[in-house]
Amino acid sequence: MLLIRCPFCGERSEIEFRHAGEAHIPRPLAPASLSDAEWADYLYNRTNPKGLHIERWRHVHGCGRFFNAVRDTISDFFVMTYKLDDQRPDLARLASGQRR
Amino acid sequence: MTACRLSRGGRIDRNKRLRFQFDGRPYEGFGGDTLASALIANGVHLVARSFKYHRPRGIVAAGADEPNALVTVVRDRARCTPNLLATQVELHDGLVAESQNRWPSLALDLSAVNGFVAPLIPAGFYYKTFMWPRAAWSRLYEPRIRAMAGLGRAPTLPDPDRYTRRYAHCDVLIVGGGPAGLAAALAAAEGGAQVLLCDEQAELGGTLLAAGDATIDGKAAQSWLSETVAALSRRDNVTLLPRTTAFGYFPHNMLALAERVTGHLADPAPNLPRERLWQVRAKEVVIAAGAIERPLTFPGNDRPGIMLADAARIYAARYAARPGSRAVVVTVHDGAYRAALELAACGVEIAAVADAREHPDGPLQAAALAAGLPIRTATTVTGTRGRQRVSAVELSQLTSGQSGGGSETVACDLVLMSAGMTPSVQLFSQSRGRLRWDDTLQAYVPGGSAERERSAGACRGIPGLQAALSDGYAQGEAAAAAAGCRTGAVRAFAVSAIEPAPGGMSGAAAVGRRARQPAFVDFQNDVTARDLALAVREGFRSVEHVKRYTTTGMATDQGKTSNMNALGVLSQVTGASIPEIGLTTSRNPYTPVTFGTLAGLARRDLFDPVRCTPMHGWAEEQGAVFEDAGSWKRAHYFPRTGEAMHDAVKRECEAVRRSVGLFDASTLGKIEVIGRGAATFLDRIYVNSFSGLAPGRLRYGVMLRESGFVMDDGVVARLGADRFHVTTTTGGVSRVLHMMEDYLQTEWPDLEVWLTSTTEQWAVIAVQGLNARKVIEPLVSGIDLSPAAMPHMSVREGRICGVPTRLFRVSFTGELGYEINVPADYGRAVWEAVYAAGSASGIVPYGTEAMHVLRAEKGYIIVGQDTDGTATPDDVGLGWTIGKTKTDFIGRRSLALPAMTAPSRKQLVGLLTVNSDIVLEEGAQLVADPRQPVPMSSVGHVTSSYWSPALQRSIALGMVKAGRRRVGETLHVPMPNKTIAVNVVPSQLYDPAGVRLNG
Repeated sequence: MLLIRCPFCGERSEIEFRHAGEAHIPRPLAPASLSDAEWADYLYNRTNPKGLHIERWRHVHGCGRFFNAVRDTISDFFVMTYKLDDQRPDLARLASGQRR
Repeated sequence: MTACRLSRGGRIDRNKRLRFQFDGRPYEGFGGDTLASALIANGVHLVARSFKYHRPRGIVAAGADEPNALVTVVRDRARCTPNLLATQVELHDGLVAESQNRWPSLALDLSAVNGFVAPLIPAGFYYKTFMWPRAAWSRLYEPRIRAMAGLGRAPTLPDPDRYTRRYAHCDVLIVGGGPAGLAAALAAAEGGAQVLLCDEQAELGGTLLAAGDATIDGKAAQSWLSETVAALSRRDNVTLLPRTTAFGYFPHNMLALAERVTGHLADPAPNLPRERLWQVRAKEVVIAAGAIERPLTFPGNDRPGIMLADAARIYAARYAARPGSRAVVVTVHDGAYRAALELAACGVEIAAVADAREHPDGPLQAAALAAGLPIRTATTVTGTRGRQRVSAVELSQLTSGQSGGGSETVACDLVLMSAGMTPSVQLFSQSRGRLRWDDTLQAYVPGGSAERERSAGACRGIPGLQAALSDGYAQGEAAAAAAGCRTGAVRAFAVSAIEPAPGGMSGAAAVGRRARQPAFVDFQNDVTARDLALAVREGFRSVEHVKRYTTTGMATDQGKTSNMNALGVLSQVTGASIPEIGLTTSRNPYTPVTFGTLAGLARRDLFDPVRCTPMHGWAEEQGAVFEDAGSWKRAHYFPRTGEAMHDAVKRECEAVRRSVGLFDASTLGKIEVIGRGAATFLDRIYVNSFSGLAPGRLRYGVMLRESGFVMDDGVVARLGADRFHVTTTTGGVSRVLHMMEDYLQTEWPDLEVWLTSTTEQWAVIAVQGLNARKVIEPLVSGIDLSPAAMPHMSVREGRICGVPTRLFRVSFTGELGYEINVPADYGRAVWEAVYAAGSASGIVPYGTEAMHVLRAEKGYIIVGQDTDGTATPDDVGLGWTIGKTKTDFIGRRSLALPAMTAPSRKQLVGLLTVNSDIVLEEGAQLVADPRQPVPMSSVGHVTSSYWSPALQRSIALGMVKAGRRRVGETLHVPMPNKTIAVNVVPSQLYDPAGVRLNG
């Protein structure tokens, strides 16, 4: 069972959380101005990488807050978690840090 | 004194005599015995019949690796546990054990005829033979095969015992209480770490429990052991768990342990659980699982009396049980010499030591020579004799690796075999660590960790007591340091012991072509070297495929003794190296775990949480029949004496249409939305406009996913400028709240809005029907119920029966109606008051079935029944709910996509069967032309279908392609035995003008 560090509550077991998809995909401010293709891209296209992935989790059976996490999709280990308004981490730097 | 009990030595308690039964015969053993050691002490070796061929089988090993000695332990009819290993069953007074898979008895098993035809039952036999006719498989072949090839039988009564679970956290979890594990515990504990150490055996100590003459720091190994265990158990930061098997290694250092709490006791205290599941999250894990001996794969290697050499040694040293009187040793590894020496010292005659190696050389061989043991090098076994126990072996001289020289038959009643030691890497492998092939050990060893874990001692291929202690200590220290504890604990261990060098082989012993007897690789699943070779000849290459085809390594022992030899045979047959062959995946559990342990307390009433409304007890007293709605129990209908469901639902519906009915709507989801941004927030979430809704008014809201499809619906009450009482479907509330929180937290954190789940805070009593106002009016205070003051779709706050209420005037039946929200604690009292007040009007409680009928008569949809996640608001006739002036809401942009407005989309319509007596099946497909060939092309499907008492006929709702344009057409429902004609009509079937809402 995964161990996930909620930025507000600390480390808790996976059963307290709910996964909420890829992070840093803001809802377009004016959806009506988007082409059908652009809107479909927002709705459905995700990166699905092999390796480091930034995704959203919610501590649904805890504080209820959403936060972001960097998870390695190969090993299932979390590299870091951070609050929504924290700056997006540099994945390239994180990946090279992992290799060391 | 039993026949084969040594007069002294061992760790048994000779003052504690224990009586037990095996297959109905009485025996005696001592405290500290296992069932296996007690049987051996009584001279019993035949303990089982094999899985497929029903061959006589004996005890092979002394621990968790035992492949043969599966028994059923019987306490009573409810407490009989099949498939326990005799080597792990602790003896207690009165123990009753039975052998398995034999009929009529172990000694005379008639099914052993399978053994005579064994050459006809090769690998994949069942796949190849029982293929035709197909029906015979389930009726004839499978029941017979299952009866023949069986493991034990499950008890027929429910398990009366209690099982519990515990969660634990620790700095260092140590798996294994042998020398490496104990040394690791010493080091980690000295570093101040919180240590948890578990071991599957009754006593901690592992190999130290049969350590012979070895000394540690000048003390006899067993004295060192008891002092060390005592020292560890005195420490506050150490928890020792004997009888506890670490069976599963899950991500992020979560390990599952099964603790046997009372199974070993003759008279367990009733307050104790039988077993306990531990779920341990460890900062660091030290695996000190030890190693197990590999059997030698030679012809006839499965007769009772043929044992692993070290197991035989352990029976003598630890249990003072002499496993035979005249032994032949067959080996390719030094370990067997140690066994031979120790057994010889116990009075076992060593008839021969047959070593397949040409020049075995080491301190143990020297000691064996000095002791005068008859060593024959370059010698192997080409066959064995004996029916219920081995009586002789045929030894043959090897020339250039093949038997060919002269052979000789040597009489014996015990054969000790050893092909080397296999490190126990199962847990490491479960943790997804990378294994590395070690050519010297002829075994896989840990090659790289995936988790915060380290292996210590024999399980990482470091043999010997000295090495186990110092490696264990070093790993324990490193684990404590990695867990953030004090570092630098250093200790050296002075060990004297003569120990085998690493080595051995995997695969089949070289025997030449003369051998006729089968050489078993997997004793438990009856897989021979020949079966594996056959699988390769038939084209199986992947080790995973060979495993499934031959079933090698698939039994309850998961191939502990067989996997390496199977890989070795595959390597010999294909010419590929073992690392090239690959390795099958290790999965949990390491040893079988009872369902009781896994289920824990989650049985019967505690199996699944149940949610009941405040009025549940009242409904129960009225004899309501309940249905599950998620975890809720909802009153389905309220049958009176002699009424079937259909009658009750009809009566309930008629009462609502004629006078008034009472319905428990407490399960509706409720969310309180408050804050200055509340109206703006709801404008963005719902398709409707809420900023324009006046306080005191209700609005039916529809919520979409961003993809444009209907997600949920419900009535929203505006209580004030900044306060809304939102209701959702019963099943949808957590989904809705999650989505609301998602947008609020991540997209619009600037909005000043708070969301609170209030589902459980409010009891909801729906009073529906012409006389609804008349019934509740006398109970209500502070609210003017007159139609002008409180019109349809309004909300007022006041009191009912003196209790604060949020009173909704709303209808899900099409009748004049109210929904009385009161604090949950008052729900039942207010319900009973309304029921009493309604008695003059003939008020009737109605259940969810009548509710469904009443709403379907009105064409009101149920999200999730009439919608399926691909319906837009317009599809289900709710286009009118969309706020026309709004420029954005969740899902709005998607509604403009071409596919969402295509004229061929399915639309909600009413369906009336031409024959009004026929009630359609929900889910049935609709076609335009019933004469077309199968497969027909569907134009829609039935979503809701009932008998309507109000319309005196069957009614249905359905989703039909371009359905609203088809109104007036006739469609057809093809069923297996008939075709039903239906007319397409508008979805509002009853009171389409809606006049009854006004009472």
